[in-house]
Amino acid sequence: MNSLAPGIDEVRARTSPFPQRHFLSVADLDPVQVGALLDLADDFVSLNRQMSKKHDLLKGRTLINLFFEASTRTQSSFELAGKRLGADVVNMSPRASSIVKGETLVDTAVTLNAMRPDILIIRHGASGAASLLSQKVDCSVVNAGDGQHEHPTQALLDALSMRRAFGRIGGLTVAICGDILHSRVARSNVALLTMLGAHVRLVGPPTLMPAGVERWGVEVHTDMKRGIAGADVVMMLRLQLERMQGALAPSTREYFRLWGLDREKFALTREGARVMHPGPMNRGVEIDSDLADDLSISLIQDQVEMGVAVRMAVLASMAARLDNH
Amino acid sequence: MTAARPLAFLGARLVDPETGYDGPGALVIANGKIAEVWRGDAAPELGADALRVEAAGAMLCPGLIDLRVKTGEPGAEPKETLKSAARAAAAGGVTSIVVQPDTDPVIDDPAVADFILRRARDIELVHVYPAGAATKGLDGHALAEIGLLREAGCVYVTNGDRPIVDSRVMRRLLSYAGGLGVLVAHRPSDPWLADGAVATEGEFSGRLGLASEPVAGEAIMLERDLALVALTGARLMVDQISAAAPLRGLERAKDAGLPVVATASINHLSFNELDIGDYRTFCKLVPPLRSETDRLALIEAVASGLVDIVVSAHAPAPPEDKRLPFEEAAPGAVGLETLLAAMLTLHQEGRVPLARLIETVTLAPARAIGLAAGRLAVGAPADLVLCDIDAPRLIDAAALISKSKNSAFDGRRLQGSVLMTLVEGRIVHDALGATR
Repeated sequence: MNSLAPGIDEVRARTSPFPQRHFLSVADLDPVQVGALLDLADDFVSLNRQMSKKHDLLKGRTLINLFFEASTRTQSSFELAGKRLGADVVNMSPRASSIVKGETLVDTAVTLNAMRPDILIIRHGASGAASLLSQKVDCSVVNAGDGQHEHPTQALLDALSMRRAFGRIGGLTVAICGDILHSRVARSNVALLTMLGAHVRLVGPPTLMPAGVERWGVEVHTDMKRGIAGADVVMMLRLQLERMQGALAPSTREYFRLWGLDREKFALTREGARVMHPGPMNRGVEIDSDLADDLSISLIQDQVEMGVAVRMAVLASMAARLDNH
Repeated sequence: MTAARPLAFLGARLVDPETGYDGPGALVIANGKIAEVWRGDAAPELGADALRVEAAGAMLCPGLIDLRVKTGEPGAEPKETLKSAARAAAAGGVTSIVVQPDTDPVIDDPAVADFILRRARDIELVHVYPAGAATKGLDGHALAEIGLLREAGCVYVTNGDRPIVDSRVMRRLLSYAGGLGVLVAHRPSDPWLADGAVATEGEFSGRLGLASEPVAGEAIMLERDLALVALTGARLMVDQISAAAPLRGLERAKDAGLPVVATASINHLSFNELDIGDYRTFCKLVPPLRSETDRLALIEAVASGLVDIVVSAHAPAPPEDKRLPFEEAAPGAVGLETLLAAMLTLHQEGRVPLARLIETVTLAPARAIGLAAGRLAVGAPADLVLCDIDAPRLIDAAALISKSKNSAFDGRRLQGSVLMTLVEGRIVHDALGATR
């Protein structure tokens, strides 16, 4: 297999500059650019499976991971992606430092910007935070999740996982299930999957659907069984447990009965269907462990692996663009 | 001082909301009052000492009366002082402002009202009237000293941006204030439906991932308030109605003869939910910007008189409160300097007749709070604005006089430039240089 894997020089040659200075939203990309990024990410998957994973595409570059919200998966994924490409990576969790001193998001960003990073990767609990930050700094900004708005690299890694499992994305029926209202993963996935020609269904209780969702160009279902019937992919979303205590749904057990994924409901999907989850999972609340751990069905571990590769592709493209300055 | 010499405006376009007159004329001021009003081509005979202003067809109308202005004084002077607000008002053709009680300390004590009135006298620019707090500390529970606040000069009472949730408190407020003849203003908003919301519920806020409130919350609270008006017989000023659904409730109440007046903010007449765009915090307002359908319904209601009064909803916020993620940013926009131009732009777009528009910012608010101003009548206070209604203006927030520059109109093209503003015959703003 290693003999088929591309060498780093080939990958370097195939890396085209990212179309925008910042990556804030799926809407920053068109289908051709998405295809190119996924192809590049495929190469990085192969490279990451070799013993020597370290390359020099980002040599001399500085990345700052600015995570205002706790995150293990995304932060370490970006960190590994940066380090494997040879960049210096600094992790900042401002919750623990300056923010408590009353410094604003913009102040923090401007301060970090003065240290001349090349790429700032930001996660923040407020929708639009990455966009705000991008207007105040002159480095590139990657949105690693802003409130309930977008999480574009998650959508890319989900697309890559699906493309590798099915060989295509166009024509797939993808059911995204659970708390759509509060989910940036759902918003980015709807944007990307509809752009790539997948048929998207949103499934969940009416109290967890955003207003105006019927105009997103998707099917909307409140009945889980109908919503996942015949689907190729069932993407479960994480549920905030505090939302399940009577505010938006009566209880976790009622939720699991109606919208949790178990074998019985999964049997309604198309033959060969796969399960996805952006993590971290609430086992027994939105998904049965039995399904989540069944590697013939679950793509959840693949998603994590693809996450590093997709982020390497994004960072390498952004660095290629920086070179042009 | 110029007040001593008679001042005459010649060749003006007089717009008088009281008589509905909109035509050529002249006007003479003496001793702080309007001394003569001449319609048509007739010209006054003037003494040699009279100061003449050739208006060259510019509009002369009563100075604007803005019933909803926030300053930062006392308590948050870096945002806006009474002086900076008064200067902004004068530059915008606003001759009377009513300041909101959510200062620090709150205007729930006659001493605070008295402080504001004394400061305004020292500044000597425009009329400043305090609105008193309806409840102590604006807590929504215990009635403030409404009688003493009235004696101290408060022109109405309100709970500001915080709706009074407890219907029993609202009933007692209306009943008590109504009995004293004090106008109550209340912003209709269901606090639970609006909890945490920063935008109007709809496709756009859903895509942006912003917490949102449905318009129904405004309609629900308005219906409660109107039922309590029917119960108590007290006068109510509906503060900043913003959408089509509550307008229908307002119309039913007015048809039934309830003593209700309603205001709308110029922002809700000029912008819709899409103006939030890429999380523009200058367009984060309370109530949030509504749909285009709501905006058009609101303009129609202003034209028909269903909505009586237009306010600037001037709410200064410094960069440290606005340069934040949308959900964390302070709501509100400054508006004193753009109110008239934004109104005139609605007129230029052919949406509302000029005399009616002027009425909503002059005579109608004057009547609501019992002022003698707002008219071009002999003996009325010479609170006037002379304005070139056709002059194009590109709004540059940085060039505003307000200490805070959070204008929702930043970068917008408006029509209408204030040439001169007079308060009791004193020239408080003079872009013509006519008196030099």
